[in-house]
Amino acid sequence: MVISENLSRKRIAITGATGFLGTALVERLLRAVPDSELLLIVRPGRRGALNRVERDIFRNDAFGRLQEIYDHGTNNQETFEEMCERRVFAVGGDVGVDGLGLNEEGLAMLASCDLVIHCAATVSFDSALDDAVEINLCGPMRVAATLRQAASIRHEPTRGGLGVGQPAHLIAVSTCYVAGSRRGSAPEELINESPFFVDVDWQSEVASARRARIDAEQASRTPARLSELAKQARRNLGAAGGPALTEKVEQLRLKWLGQQLTKAGRSRAASLGFPDAYAYTKALGERALIETRGDVPVSIVRPSIIESAFAEPFPGWIRGFRMAEPVIAAYARGLLKEFPGIPEGVIDIIPVDLVVATILAVAARGPRLDPNQQPDPDVVQIASGAANPLRYAQLVNLVRSWFIENPVYDERNQPISVPEWSFPGRGRVVRQLGRARKGLDLTERALHVLPLRGKHAEFSAELDERKEQLERANGYVELYGAYAECEALYQLERMYALWGSLDANDRRDFCMDPKVVDWPRYVQTIHLPSMVKQARLKMLPGSKSGESRSVRLRKQVLSPQRQLAVFDLENTLIASNVVASYAWLATRHLNKAERVAFSVKILREAPTLLSLDRQDRSDFLRYFYRRFEGAPVDRMAHDSAEMLSDLLITKSFPGGIRRVREHRALGHKTLLITGALDFAVEPLRPLFDDMITARMTVTNGRYDGQLSAAPPTGEARYQTLVDYAELHGLDLAEAVAYADSSSDLPMLEAVGFPVAVNAETKLAAIARRRGWLIEHWSKSKGAPQRVLPIGPRLRPTGPTAGVELRPAVEIGT
Amino acid sequence: MPLDPRRNAPRPGFVLEVDKSTPPLLFHHGEQFRLEKLPAGSSRVVYPAEPLAGLADPGDAIREALLNPLNEDPLPSLLWADMKLTIAFDDLSLPLPPMRQPDIRQRIIEQVLDFAAAAGVDDVHLIAALALHRRMTEAELRQALGDRVYDAFAPHGKLYNHDAEDPEGMVELGLTGRQEQVTMNRRAAESDLLIYVNLNIVSMDGGWKSTATGLSDYRGVRHHHNVLTMQKSKSFMDRHKSELHHSNWRQGEVIKAHGPRIFQIETTINNNTFGYDGPLAMLQKREWEWSVRDRGTFIAMKNGLDLMPAAARRKVFQSWRAPYELTSVQAGEVEAVHHRTLEQVFAQHIVPVKGQTDVLTFGLPYICPYNVNSVMNPILVMCLGLGYFFNLYRGKPLVREGGVVIMSHPTPWEFHPVHHPSYIDFFEHVLADTNDPAEIEQRYEEQFAYDEWYIHLYRNSYAYHGVHPFYMWYWGAHALQWLGRVIVVGGDPRAVRRLGFLRASTMQDALEMATDVVGPDPSVTYLHNPPILMADVT
Repeated sequence: MVISENLSRKRIAITGATGFLGTALVERLLRAVPDSELLLIVRPGRRGALNRVERDIFRNDAFGRLQEIYDHGTNNQETFEEMCERRVFAVGGDVGVDGLGLNEEGLAMLASCDLVIHCAATVSFDSALDDAVEINLCGPMRVAATLRQAASIRHEPTRGGLGVGQPAHLIAVSTCYVAGSRRGSAPEELINESPFFVDVDWQSEVASARRARIDAEQASRTPARLSELAKQARRNLGAAGGPALTEKVEQLRLKWLGQQLTKAGRSRAASLGFPDAYAYTKALGERALIETRGDVPVSIVRPSIIESAFAEPFPGWIRGFRMAEPVIAAYARGLLKEFPGIPEGVIDIIPVDLVVATILAVAARGPRLDPNQQPDPDVVQIASGAANPLRYAQLVNLVRSWFIENPVYDERNQPISVPEWSFPGRGRVVRQLGRARKGLDLTERALHVLPLRGKHAEFSAELDERKEQLERANGYVELYGAYAECEALYQLERMYALWGSLDANDRRDFCMDPKVVDWPRYVQTIHLPSMVKQARLKMLPGSKSGESRSVRLRKQVLSPQRQLAVFDLENTLIASNVVASYAWLATRHLNKAERVAFSVKILREAPTLLSLDRQDRSDFLRYFYRRFEGAPVDRMAHDSAEMLSDLLITKSFPGGIRRVREHRALGHKTLLITGALDFAVEPLRPLFDDMITARMTVTNGRYDGQLSAAPPTGEARYQTLVDYAELHGLDLAEAVAYADSSSDLPMLEAVGFPVAVNAETKLAAIARRRGWLIEHWSKSKGAPQRVLPIGPRLRPTGPTAGVELRPAVEIGT
Repeated sequence: MPLDPRRNAPRPGFVLEVDKSTPPLLFHHGEQFRLEKLPAGSSRVVYPAEPLAGLADPGDAIREALLNPLNEDPLPSLLWADMKLTIAFDDLSLPLPPMRQPDIRQRIIEQVLDFAAAAGVDDVHLIAALALHRRMTEAELRQALGDRVYDAFAPHGKLYNHDAEDPEGMVELGLTGRQEQVTMNRRAAESDLLIYVNLNIVSMDGGWKSTATGLSDYRGVRHHHNVLTMQKSKSFMDRHKSELHHSNWRQGEVIKAHGPRIFQIETTINNNTFGYDGPLAMLQKREWEWSVRDRGTFIAMKNGLDLMPAAARRKVFQSWRAPYELTSVQAGEVEAVHHRTLEQVFAQHIVPVKGQTDVLTFGLPYICPYNVNSVMNPILVMCLGLGYFFNLYRGKPLVREGGVVIMSHPTPWEFHPVHHPSYIDFFEHVLADTNDPAEIEQRYEEQFAYDEWYIHLYRNSYAYHGVHPFYMWYWGAHALQWLGRVIVVGGDPRAVRRLGFLRASTMQDALEMATDVVGPDPSVTYLHNPPILMADVT
């Protein structure tokens, strides 16, 4: 048999071509089977199928070799692009939909194919149950059904000679793990032929998976669940205001829903003896395909865990982050202190090019025929465990010794030393990780309650990151632990029979014999070097590219292109707040005894005020500003002018003030938006182009303690900013916003360049996650320090002599 | 309390050759002190003169001066009922440290006001002649003028700080022969008589500088507060060899021609900075004459200060009020008055010194003219050391050209945010770029001088003008040009590096580091200041 000859002049349809295996298949067919034509069925996305093929397939580095041949090599009759245009067709389709979502034209194209290789699958091991069922279970069945339909509309024979009404050969790619979690030999037989198979009805599995989605949707909407989610959102964001919180709640609901469905899949799979939902849905998919195939000739190819290429298109080629990579990366970063597994167990890894060769060999051979010359479904496995086993302990040692030689560097440029695994049971690892996570959870909650800012808050943000990493590690153990403990040996008789039927040329061009793999060489010189590149692990000490991230971000923020810089006041530019200004103004005219009484009162009230502020800033301000009732307008203005020096500038962050001025010097419009009262911040006016503040109404020259409009805080601040930008024709994408608290989140999210200043815990965590610029501005060292913001006492003969000296403001409301 | 016998027979300043028997020497070190041993045989110490005797009856002396002015009619004859009278006075930067009440300014102004009242003058304004310095607070004005004066004038808006940035408040008087603008506070310029009340602590103060600088604005001051002028003032403490003063005197000619009639009152004080007795008395004694009690007090004080937090230490020092005594008061025509003043200042300050030195060293105290009730930031450390101390010479600099200055100060990276906002930006932004005075002047001065925010803070808060840190840097321009190296003993490493100097942990290290520049076994001169002395180097 000669593969390239058998397959040339055929048109081959491929699903899942954008995936790891699919890309390898396309590449190999284009290179090694020169006269073949390909029909790629891809989800069209927004830009259409052809565009997707060009962007997601041909730009992959797998095609470098082919491009070299066409553009610079021996074949100069046509360019690579011309060759692709001649041989590759794309139609939009989706295996999650009946009829594959093909239109008439698409179906006609499919009818012109001699052969279909179905490798579309959801391989993510934590996908939702119903997604896995739709794609992995129903997918192959849908392909077969569509092939029958296609055959019926065919008007002329295909390139390869299939007649009208004759369905094309379907090669469905499955997985060895359909054999389930078991020990010993797993032969190349159909699912239902296995003595271990629990015969469940796939139709009812499909129905209940769809039901599970509906149930989970329902459960996610119960009042109890929603209020729990709302609580969680508030914990994450703080007083970020209505819209931000609702958005977060919905985000959390969807996350919860996903988790529920993943859990449902995993537990159903476990109950039937499969390592995960992937293997479970794949197994039932095989079963459904065999049952419903009708007259479609079917072959099933089952690879084990597919990993980077052994030789084709080049050693180490890999696409995307596969199953083992995240685990290895986490290990190299020192995050996985332990991983379960049986040291002498077999880790069944198979390089992708061997899988491609097997599929093509099956394709070239054609459907297996039974004694009556009728197509008889068959199974070919391609795995390494039976022929050339890689032991778990050996793999771990190879990985470990490689990372000892080639360590990953941490952010302080120190090499990370990788841990030594002792192969404990899975339960112990899970428990260990659970304990660590619980500890972090508690610490985090405690930190979020404390009024931390700036560098301290960043520590808590770091903690957040640690928690995330831990959670991921926990996920790996839960998801992949079963694979490391799997002790099945996948038999390769049919694979070797195929191998035996190949001639020397085919054996050279389409190697599929796992015995050729020298594991130490494969792991250490092929797989890991390619994997660390793919995972972008930091393999060299030293800064990445000269400038640090914050320097780069700061340059962007201070680029002349920006149009607007908007600043919050409290704790962004000044280490003070409305309570302090109030106390300063109120005590300015009090005598010593009254001052003491005042301070005591304010201190006693502090907890109430704090908690009110935490819940809703504008409610707090409304409540608090009532204290200014009766304060004379002119005296407030006079006293505020003094307060500029004694409170505002004393407590200011010179770095922040300088930043405002830098923006102005660059020609950006500078805007202060604050919930503080207009008269209290009036002395800062020369610093900004504009100020938007809270204002009180005035009656008979006295403030009456009522705000004239909603104070610009939270989402009102966001709306204020949007209105302001619109009024002045400014582009918010070119705006910079500085704020310190998560209640400013709506405003920060609205601009192109958000900056978190001395961020409190929640904002610090958010800013870190989103890669925002974080500034730490501090008061000038050398500023006079005062415990309480009490105004310096005026002598009765001072500039306000003659004005009554009773406190302008009565304490309390 | 028994009078110190030296009170009436003060000894002049002198130069001590350090030998093995010389005890460790006292160095001021910001808000602390250090005792240092200098190499015997190659070091000398220049000690200030002991305080001259104060005038027995200052009130009488003032009255005498006002009634018998130099080259001018007696004050009462210059006053009439409908006149516009303005009294300008030296600001917070003098004297250092602030003196015990009553302040000399208060004594003089009270007498002047009595004469004015007697003449029936109604329209009297009092202006703190602070040029581009920060405004004085109410408390500071009360300290300088007394409550009586303050309460009589301030509430009616007749006692206030000069505002060089008030567009309505300044007038241009004309140009000097060298095209230097002369500007003056409008109220002062348009008065029938301007009485200037001065307090001379060093020979730089007084004369035409009082009015030409003190009541002027950026437009007028920039003609002498610049790098070239300061490099040509050798030294700016020596009026006749100071380009700074030549320029002020040229502006004085314009004021004489086009400005108000001026009645200048100048005063001098003695060296009684720390008291003949009391907790700091040993600071103005010579170390080998310290009594057992002096030593005990000093050790207790030094250890006590070590234990205090920085803020408390600052408070202790800033609350010191010097018991200065008036040594002379003269009134009348500016130049005649200033001539007499300089004689008096030099009588107290001049110490003859023979020959220059390779290494000049001094300890910087906690205060300079620009951090009264405030923080001595690194820029002020530079200004005090390389501006004031370095320039305390007549003839030629104490240190040879290419020599080394070693100064002792902790130089913390601290700034008063209200008083020195532009200093923070100057230090963190401008000095991060360059410390060459000429380059700084050319590239940054106007940007800071015309900055609206700094102007706002100068006018409405208590901030030095935006351009002021530049002047601080220019004050040291002559020294920067002259010296081969500057070393700060015990300074904050980051701040000292930002200033462009080297930092040493101990005096011994600093002397070692100096030998790179001046060769082995250098001659060392310690300027034992304060109390203030001025070296007459021959």
